[in-house]
Amino acid sequence: MAEATLLRATDITKSYAGVQALKSASLELRAGEVHALIGENGAGKSTLIKVITGAVSADGGELQIEGKTVTHNSPRVAKELGVAAIYQQPALFPELTVAENIALGVEQSGMGGRVDWKSRRRRAAELLAQVGARIDPDRDAGDLTMPQQQLVEIARALGADAKVLILDEPTASLSEEDTQNLFNVIRSLRERGVGMVYISHRLEELPVIADRVTVLRDGRTIDTRLMSEVNRQQLIQMMVGRELSAVFPKREVELGDVVLELRDLGCAESGVHDIDLSVRAGEIVGLAGLVGAGRTELARAVFGLTPVDSGEILLRGKPVRIGSPAAAIRRGIAYLPEDRRRHGVILDMQIGSNITLASLDQISSGAGLDFRREREIAGDYTRRLGVKTPAIYVPVATLSGGNQQKVALSRWLLTKPSVLILDEPTQGIDVGAKSEIHALMTDLAAEGVAVLMISSELPEILGMSDRVAVMHGGTVVEILDRADATQEKVLALALGHDAAEVSGVAEARP
Amino acid sequence: MKLSRYKREVSAALAYVALLLAVGAAAPTFFGAGNLRDLALNNAPVLLVAVGMTLVILVGEIDISVGSQFAVCSVAAGWMAKEGVPVVALLPLVLLLGALMGALNGALVGYLRLPSIIVTLAMLVAWRDALRWVTQGEWVQNLPPNFQWFGLGQTLAQWLIVGVALGVLVAFSWMLRNLGAGRAVYATGSDAEAARLAGIEPRRVVFGVFVLMGALTGLAALLNAVRFSAVPSNAGIGLELKAVAAVVVGGAAITGGRGTLIGTLIGAALLGTIGTALTFVGINPFWEKAIQGAIILAALVSDVALGHFERMRVGGLTLKTAGAAK
Repeated sequence: MAEATLLRATDITKSYAGVQALKSASLELRAGEVHALIGENGAGKSTLIKVITGAVSADGGELQIEGKTVTHNSPRVAKELGVAAIYQQPALFPELTVAENIALGVEQSGMGGRVDWKSRRRRAAELLAQVGARIDPDRDAGDLTMPQQQLVEIARALGADAKVLILDEPTASLSEEDTQNLFNVIRSLRERGVGMVYISHRLEELPVIADRVTVLRDGRTIDTRLMSEVNRQQLIQMMVGRELSAVFPKREVELGDVVLELRDLGCAESGVHDIDLSVRAGEIVGLAGLVGAGRTELARAVFGLTPVDSGEILLRGKPVRIGSPAAAIRRGIAYLPEDRRRHGVILDMQIGSNITLASLDQISSGAGLDFRREREIAGDYTRRLGVKTPAIYVPVATLSGGNQQKVALSRWLLTKPSVLILDEPTQGIDVGAKSEIHALMTDLAAEGVAVLMISSELPEILGMSDRVAVMHGGTVVEILDRADATQEKVLALALGHDAAEVSGVAEARP
Repeated sequence: MKLSRYKREVSAALAYVALLLAVGAAAPTFFGAGNLRDLALNNAPVLLVAVGMTLVILVGEIDISVGSQFAVCSVAAGWMAKEGVPVVALLPLVLLLGALMGALNGALVGYLRLPSIIVTLAMLVAWRDALRWVTQGEWVQNLPPNFQWFGLGQTLAQWLIVGVALGVLVAFSWMLRNLGAGRAVYATGSDAEAARLAGIEPRRVVFGVFVLMGALTGLAALLNAVRFSAVPSNAGIGLELKAVAAVVVGGAAITGGRGTLIGTLIGAALLGTIGTALTFVGINPFWEKAIQGAIILAALVSDVALGHFERMRVGGLTLKTAGAAK
């Protein structure tokens, strides 16, 4: 462990539009080490990686590469300093050959430079051999399998003399055999002194491949430990060891009948399968899971955005077919999408038109749209939800994130839904707006709405839900009652660990 | 405050007023009744097509096949008239023909999600050459006497044509503003995925808009054809440019979601007046196209400039209220 430090990030801070993604993140990477970086969704892993690769610039803190402080990082600077990143989805140009793809990262000729095809192909073959890949350099990259593409990317990084290699969930979609192959490549790179940051949600593979591990939580580095000194339970506790200090406005509500029921629901297009779940009137069911576990995909299937091809959806006990969002809305389902900036509201439209967009029949008469009624509605909802705006006729684009979210929510409340699906309802919005939205959810439940809430924030899940459904690998693996749900249990299930182990985790709690 | 939302329309209107004042000062005869009537009559078909084009551009698409559709409808109207189809039946038949051609575009763009610029480019060539082949380049002549001016006589028919064009514009303007369908058009053009999540069906909206575009092109073709004693088989060449230019100069965003038909009216008037105005002031009308091009560029540039200004202003506005809230 006396190897030289390749990369040192100290107390990095970064905020996006007022939301602090990194509060104090530190990471130290040595030559010839595989350093695991773990944390929940939103813990700041991606942002830290982006700071290191120069994709975003940090607000504060220090980044050193091989002892030199990097002041103005950019993707180009990072590349010249020998940093390369390989993401879960390979980023090769599918229309170009393997050799061309590798050359893109390596050759330094300017726009007028001549291409030496022969040496390019030979070089590509050498690099591919180094990662143990038997791939014809003349094939189109788009024709390769995922694992092959990954190896080509690694070869490209080697060709560019990468000393720091960042692997972002490289095994997420690999088979067992491909994973072992990749591990062999990683080991041989380690021998050669390459330092690797290894991001993974598969905790079970860390002891096999990683030397040290750094845990991030809420934008802070919690600790860096030798992999041989920690076990899985300890890692999970470090990931979730957050205080449940925030007070959630949760109220006991008399539960009514089952409103939404999913039986063996599957959707091949989006990879969700065998979903059994029900939500009763007045109930808030939290849908927990990692990014990619299929939560949004499930919501989209219920809302008619992707076709359901097995199982059934029942509303108040009756099987229904939902072919489009319009059909879902007619049946009383509302869906507040993730990423409101893109699709939750129409930014160019005024607040009023945004709110009435899914309920135009309510303001339509024989004489066209009733603008006075629309103004009344807009006034009512902006008051009720506390939307802070200079006037109701301004475009939604001029509002802050939290206020945009309230407008998006207003639209769905106006449809008087019996089922309300909320996808990350408070992600990226300020604390005040957040608790207002939580209070509103409680009110809605009290009025008898069945609420299904997707969230990546464990405290929110535990604080607001009557039951917690945990998804992993495209299906609901467990449904916990409010009283039984703990951060450790939910996270362990989300990571794909089985129930027996989960109880072990719970007992190991201090 | 309300006017500020229609800045582009207002600036196009100001440019038009300035043009009229300049021409009026240099050549007062420009405002003779005969000249104004000719102007209105010549531009009525373009205006109708521009109404349809506004809808298409509002949903974020474009239709450059309208000139060829216009020619097909013109020739078809002539043929049908010669075959003895009564004048009253011509209108629905030509509208239907236009709507069918529009529906083909709409199906390819809306449902198959092909890029509208390529689809309609293909249609532009396909309809034009199909027509050339069918007609062998011959004009439709010896039309029945009740075809010209609908058999109503020139004065009455002229009023009718201009009246229909303006009436259609007013009707569509009202629908865009006052009907749910109008909202759907704006929502689709602003953010089709967001519109879909709000229960609108963007594909259907795009399809419908192309159908309307075709029908309006058919109407324009018929109203244009009755003005002459023969129907040329090469009618409507360059019509798509005139229509798109009118929409853009009138303030609509080519990316969709923003624009009004009043703006399109002003844009069509401005571009349609330039040529005649040049003649009256004694400038060689060869400059017409160049000046029109310059106006289109000026409209786009001012759009960018106003956008900057707008962002600054809105920034100030939010700051002010944030302060007031404290």
